[in-house]
Amino acid sequence: MENHRNEPPKWIDMLLKRIIAPHFREDVMGDLHEVFAIETKSRGLKRANLVYLLAATRYITPYFMRRKPSPYPSIYLFSPEMIQNYFKIALRTLAKNKAYSFINITGLALGMAVAMLIGLWIYDELSFDRSFKNYDRIVQVMQHQTRNGEIGTQNSNPYPLGAELRRSYGSDFKHVIMSSWLTPHVVAVGDKQVRKMGAFMEEKTPEMLTLNMLKGTWTSLKDPHSVMLSESVAKAFFGDADPIDKIVKVDNSLNLKVTGVYEDLPHNTTFRQLEFLMPWSLYEITNPSLKTMEDPWRPNNFQIFAQLAEHADADQVSAKIKDVKKKNIRKEQLKFKPDVFLNPMDKWYLYSTFKNGQRVGGRIENVWLFGVIGAFVLLLACINFMNLSTARSEKRAKEVGIRKAVGSFRKQLITQFFSESFLVVAFAFIVANLIVLLILPFFNEVADKKLEMLWGNPAFWLMGGCFSIVTALIAGSYPALYLSSFQPVKVLKGTFKAGRFAALPRKTLVVVQFTVSIILIVGTIVVYRQIQFAKSRPVGYNREGLITIYSSTPEIHNHFDVVRNELKSTGAIAQIAESSSPTTNSWSSTTGIVWKGKDPALSADFNYNEVSHDYGKTVGWQFIDGRDFSSAFASDSSGLIINETAAKFMGLKNPVGEDLMWFDERIKIIGVIKDMIVDSPYEPSRPLIYNINSEKGGVINIRMSPALSTSEALARIETVFKKYDPGVPFEYSFVDQDYAWKFFEEMRIAKLTTFFSILAVLISCLGLFGVASFIAEQRTKEIGVRKVLGATIINVWAMLSKDFIVLVCIAFLIAAPLSYYFLNGWLEKYTYRTEISGWIFIATGFGTLLITLLTVSFQAIKAALMNPIKSLRSE
Amino acid sequence: MKRTFLGEFEEIVLLVVAACTDPAYGVKVWESIQTATGRSITLSAVHATLYRLEEKGFLTSEMGGATAERGGRRKRFFTMTNYGNRALLEIQQIRQQLWQSIPEEKLQPKLSFS
Repeated sequence: MENHRNEPPKWIDMLLKRIIAPHFREDVMGDLHEVFAIETKSRGLKRANLVYLLAATRYITPYFMRRKPSPYPSIYLFSPEMIQNYFKIALRTLAKNKAYSFINITGLALGMAVAMLIGLWIYDELSFDRSFKNYDRIVQVMQHQTRNGEIGTQNSNPYPLGAELRRSYGSDFKHVIMSSWLTPHVVAVGDKQVRKMGAFMEEKTPEMLTLNMLKGTWTSLKDPHSVMLSESVAKAFFGDADPIDKIVKVDNSLNLKVTGVYEDLPHNTTFRQLEFLMPWSLYEITNPSLKTMEDPWRPNNFQIFAQLAEHADADQVSAKIKDVKKKNIRKEQLKFKPDVFLNPMDKWYLYSTFKNGQRVGGRIENVWLFGVIGAFVLLLACINFMNLSTARSEKRAKEVGIRKAVGSFRKQLITQFFSESFLVVAFAFIVANLIVLLILPFFNEVADKKLEMLWGNPAFWLMGGCFSIVTALIAGSYPALYLSSFQPVKVLKGTFKAGRFAALPRKTLVVVQFTVSIILIVGTIVVYRQIQFAKSRPVGYNREGLITIYSSTPEIHNHFDVVRNELKSTGAIAQIAESSSPTTNSWSSTTGIVWKGKDPALSADFNYNEVSHDYGKTVGWQFIDGRDFSSAFASDSSGLIINETAAKFMGLKNPVGEDLMWFDERIKIIGVIKDMIVDSPYEPSRPLIYNINSEKGGVINIRMSPALSTSEALARIETVFKKYDPGVPFEYSFVDQDYAWKFFEEMRIAKLTTFFSILAVLISCLGLFGVASFIAEQRTKEIGVRKVLGATIINVWAMLSKDFIVLVCIAFLIAAPLSYYFLNGWLEKYTYRTEISGWIFIATGFGTLLITLLTVSFQAIKAALMNPIKSLRSE
Repeated sequence: MKRTFLGEFEEIVLLVVAACTDPAYGVKVWESIQTATGRSITLSAVHATLYRLEEKGFLTSEMGGATAERGGRRKRFFTMTNYGNRALLEIQQIRQQLWQSIPEEKLQPKLSFS
C-alpha cells in the first residue's frame, strides 16, 4: 500500500517555477508531474527523476520564459504617472505650507552652503603645492639649532651648504638649488618702473618646479645676465609684443636680457609670488664678498631647495645629512648643535610648525578646526530638517489614514514621503549653490584665497549628490517608514496619539543645536578678546603718520641730507631716518654680543637694527634711561641703544655706560628704551639693540608732519623722491597698517568664526521657530480649553516657552565646559593671552536665552492670543 | 482570405486533438502522438505547439481536472474551434485534389535493374 506518492525533486520544481511564465505554469507543471508519475510506475524512481530533469530543461526557451504583459496599465511604484503624481503632491504640500517650506529649504541651504564653502576651502588647503609635478620629490633644507636649551627651527642656511650637499651627497639629489629670499625689486623697461617680487635662484629651478614655459626653455637661466618673467609681468611690460631678448633693468643697476616667460604660478602654491626669476650666478657676481667671507659657515642667509633623486627618501637623506653642518663649522659654534634636515613639500604648508625640534602641526589645525565647524553647521541644518519633518508628521497622520483608506499601498506612501524630502533637499542644494556663488568673492577676500566653484569636478557632484541623498533619506525616513505604518482606522477615529517618546528625539536635537551654537558664540567672543588684548599692548612707539619706504637703490642714501632738508622745507615731514629693518619687523640677529659677566656657555641671540641718527626721533621711542644717539658725539658711532628686554637679559643693573664687545668691536650702551613690539604682538619682546650705521639702510622711515593732510604730505614727499631717485616708483606703506597685519591671521579666524556662529545661530533659530510653531499648533485645543478656564496670555506664553528654556539651559550646561576646554587649548599657543572670564559664559547664556525667547515668543503669543472659540469649534 | 500556414507537426497535433475522444490535454496528446507516429518527442514540443495553435485560433482551452499525481494542478483541456475544423478540412481537400491529379502509373513502384 503506497501511502505517500513519489514526488519529483523539489529543487527542479523551484527552478521551473522561476523559469516558466505564470500563465503556462500550472498546466505545464501538472503535465510534467503526471509524466513523472507514469515514468515512476513503469521504470522506477531513479529513471523518472532523470527523465523529469531532462524534460524540464526543454522548457528553458524564450517561448516559455517570456512573461505575459499585464492587461492592466501598471500604476505601481515607479510608473511615470506615479512619479509625476508624487512630485505634484510634494510640490502642493510645499506650496501649502509656505512658511514651513521656506524655513526648511533656507535652513538646509544655509547649512549646505557653509559646508560647501568649507569643503572648497579645505580642498584648496589640501591641494596646496600639489600642482607641482615633482610635488613628492621637492624638499627644503632646514635646520634645528639649540639656543639656551631651546631648539629653534629655521629655513635659512649658510652659503656653502648647497655646494657641500652637492659634493658629498650628490647621488641623493637630482637638483640642489640655492635661493635668495623672495623680495620686492624695482623692475624697469624704458620709463615704466614697477616693484615686483623676484628671487635669485639656480638655473635648474624651472626644471625642478616644472614651470610651464610660454617662451624660452627650462635651460634659459644659464647666462648670468638673463631673467625669466612670469606671464603677467611680461604682459605688463611688453603687452602682446615678444619679450624675448628685450632688456629689463632691475634695481636700477642690473641690465638683464629676458630669456623666458613662464605661466603664472597658481595661487595655492608656495611660489605664487614669484613674479620673476634671476639666475643665482648673477647674485654671486653682484655679491663678490660671498666667496671671500672669513667664516662662510657662520651666517645663515639663504634658502636651499632640492629635488630628491629617484631612489632617495626624504627621511633617510635627512638622517644622512644631519651632521653636515657640524662637520664644517668652527668649534665655538658647535654649541648650537645644528641638525640639518629636509622638509618635504607635502609638509611645507600644512605641517611646518616646529616646537623644540619636533614637528607639531601647523595650518592643518585650522583645516581641522574649520572642518569640524563645517560639519557641525551642516549637522545643525540636517537636524533642523529632520526636526521639522518629525514635528509635522503628526499633522500628516490623518493624510496617511485617508490615503490608505482610498487605496494607497504602503510602498506608495513611503515613496511619496521620500520624494517630498528629496524635493526639498534638491531645492536646498540648488539654493546652496547660488548662495556659495554669491558669498564666494567675499569669502575669498576674508580667507585670502582664490576659490572657485568646482562645477567641472565630478568629485564635487559626487559628494554633493551623496550628501543630498543621505540627508534626504535620513530626514525622510521617519515620516516615510513610521507614518506609513499607521492603521487608517485608528488614525481616522482619532485614537492615534504620539507617545511620550515622540518628542524626545526632537528635544535632543534642539539641545545639540544650541550646544553647537553656544560653543561657536563663546569661541567668537574669546577670539575677539584675544585680538583686543594683544592690540591693547603698549607698542612702545608712535605709529601715527609714520610711513616706511623700502629702498633698494642707493640714490636717496647718497643725497640723504639734501633730501631731508628739502623735505623739511616743504613742510611735509617732521623727521626722516634710515634703518636696516622696518619698525614692524626684525630682519637681522647676531650672537656676537659679549658683556661683562656673561656665561660663556650662554648663546645670546640679539636682534639688531642699524639706524641713522634720527631714527629714534622719527619713530618716537621712549627712553627709560640714558639718551638718544646724537651727531654731537662722534663716539656715538660705537654707541648702542638697547631695549628693556635686552637689559634684563644681560642682567645689568646700570646698563647705561656699560662696555660690550660685538665680535671684535668695543661698544658702549648709551641708552635703554621701552620695549617696542617688533615681532608678534602675542609673544614677549626679544632682546633688541640699535647701533649707528652710516652705510645705506634698506628702509627709510618718515614721520609725516601732522600739520598737513596725509595725501598732501605724500604728494610733496613723492616730488622730492622722484627728483633724486627718478628710476624708482614711489611706494610706501603705513606703519599702522603694517602693524595691523600682525593681527591678520587672528582677524581672519575671528571673521570666519563670527560668520559661522551667526549662521549657526540663524539656523538654530529657524529650527526652533519651526518646532515652536508646530507645538503651538498641536496644543491649540489645550490652549483653547485653558483660556476658557481662565488662563491669561502670560500664563499660556510662559507654558509654551518654558519647555524651550529648559532645553537651552541644558545645552548651556553642556556647551560651557566644552568650549572652555577647546578655547583654553587654543589660547595656550599664545604667550600673551587673555583670560576666559566668567562673564563671557554668562553673557552668552543670557544672549542665547533671549534669542530663544524672542523666537519662541512669536509663536507662543500668537497661540495665546487666539480666540478659544475658533480653536475649540473646529471639531 | 489569407490562411495561416500549418506546419507538419502542428497538423499532427491538431489532428490528434480532433481525434481524441476524451478531453485532450498535454500528456494525453503527447502519448497519442507517440503511439500514432511511433516517434519519440518531448513534452515541451507538444506544449509549445498546443499553445501556438491556440494563439493562432485553431484551438481553445479551459482549465480543469486536477489530480493528486499532478500535485493538485489543473489540466488545460484543448478543443477544436470552427476555424481549426475548417483548416483541417481545407488541408484534406487540397491533399485530396492533389492525390487525384496524380497519374495512375506514377504511383506504381518502378522496377529497376541497375
